[in-house]
Amino acid sequence: MKARAIVVTSGKGGVGKTTTTANVGAALAKLGERVAVIDVDVGLRNLDVVMGLEGRVVFDLIDVLEGRCKRSQALIKDKRLEGLFLLPASQTRDKEALDSEKFRLLVRALIEEDAFDRVLIDSPAGIERGFQTAATPAEGALVVVNPEVSSVRDADRIIGMLEAREVRENFLVINRLRPKMVERGDMLSVEDVQEILGLKPIGIVPEDEKVLISSNEGEPLVLKNGSIAGSAFMDVARRIRGEEVPFPDLREKSGFMGALRKLLGGS
Amino acid sequence: MAWFWQRNKSKDVLKERLKLTLAYDRAQLAPGMVDALKNDLLDVLKRYFPAEQEALKVELEQRGEKVVMIANIPLR
Ligand SMILES: Nc1ncnc2c1ncn2[C@@H]1O[C@H](COP(=O)(O)OP(=O)(O)OP(=O)(O)O)[C@@H](O)[C@H]1O
Ligand SMILES: [Mg+2]
Repeated sequence: MKARAIVVTSGKGGVGKTTTTANVGAALAKLGERVAVIDVDVGLRNLDVVMGLEGRVVFDLIDVLEGRCKRSQALIKDKRLEGLFLLPASQTRDKEALDSEKFRLLVRALIEEDAFDRVLIDSPAGIERGFQTAATPAEGALVVVNPEVSSVRDADRIIGMLEAREVRENFLVINRLRPKMVERGDMLSVEDVQEILGLKPIGIVPEDEKVLISSNEGEPLVLKNGSIAGSAFMDVARRIRGEEVPFPDLREKSGFMGALRKLLGGS
Repeated sequence: MAWFWQRNKSKDVLKERLKLTLAYDRAQLAPGMVDALKNDLLDVLKRYFPAEQEALKVELEQRGEKVVMIANIPLR
């Protein structure tokens, strides 16, 4: 993606925006980029806890926008990864304090003056002002979608709104895919979601209990090796950086179906 | 694959439902209104083509960016 300012959004709540922002942000930093992740979910701050940085919050986004502190004072440096910074949302102020023009200028300044390679913006759920503000500085978007009726419908609304706002470099992150259900025909496949929404996937992340465990511990998955979801997020970061990374086959390799597929000469 | 236990796949049902729902969402139309229009059109068509009652069809179709309503009137 050429886009440096990328909004992570979904319409529907709870589909994995914050998880995606934390992990893709950490993965990009791991690949050597200087990354700022910004929580725009004012009043419902969560990116800090998911990343395990909650104990270090002093100033927040609205403090910066209203000039109560400098950008550098509010940016929390992640000590585990060189180049990763979090700008937390305000937990106490109300959403009205978030001015979209000031926010746009802040993101520009991070890129142009503070030399950030990438700014990931964790959007609040919904299609209203919070989302609109989060999308204002964005040149591209990761649209997080679960292969499920309401999430797909809401993603379609969001994609329409992004296009109307001239946010152009948009990709799907298909999250919580359950390969067994897809195999049975009880869950939309990646191809189905792509066909319905008319957008290409940049990430396919399976349902994985390690996601919850990692947010329990405040350790982004991509910091450790060995989880399928973690490597899926790592792949998203590589693709954002323009690498050609094939999508791994998430179907069960063992078990009856796997054995049958092998027998029939499938891959 | 899996031809030996053909059953209705719930995802196929969902896919059809979603395609139609999104077509209405994108066109900013209320499905009930379109349905009423469809039925009214059918009634008029039946008045003019009583012999073709069964073959007359009014359907929505997605054509690229646009959703169009298609009336199918066989004129023999
Ligand atoms: N791939 C996954 N496998 C299992 N659990 C997941 C996965 N992705 C997300 N979750 C879980 O789903 C829940 C919601 O995730 P998350 O907070 O990232 O969503 P969100 O879109 O940011 O929500 P909100 O709209 O409230 O901001 C969390 O408990 C998270 O651990
Ligand atoms: Mg969130």
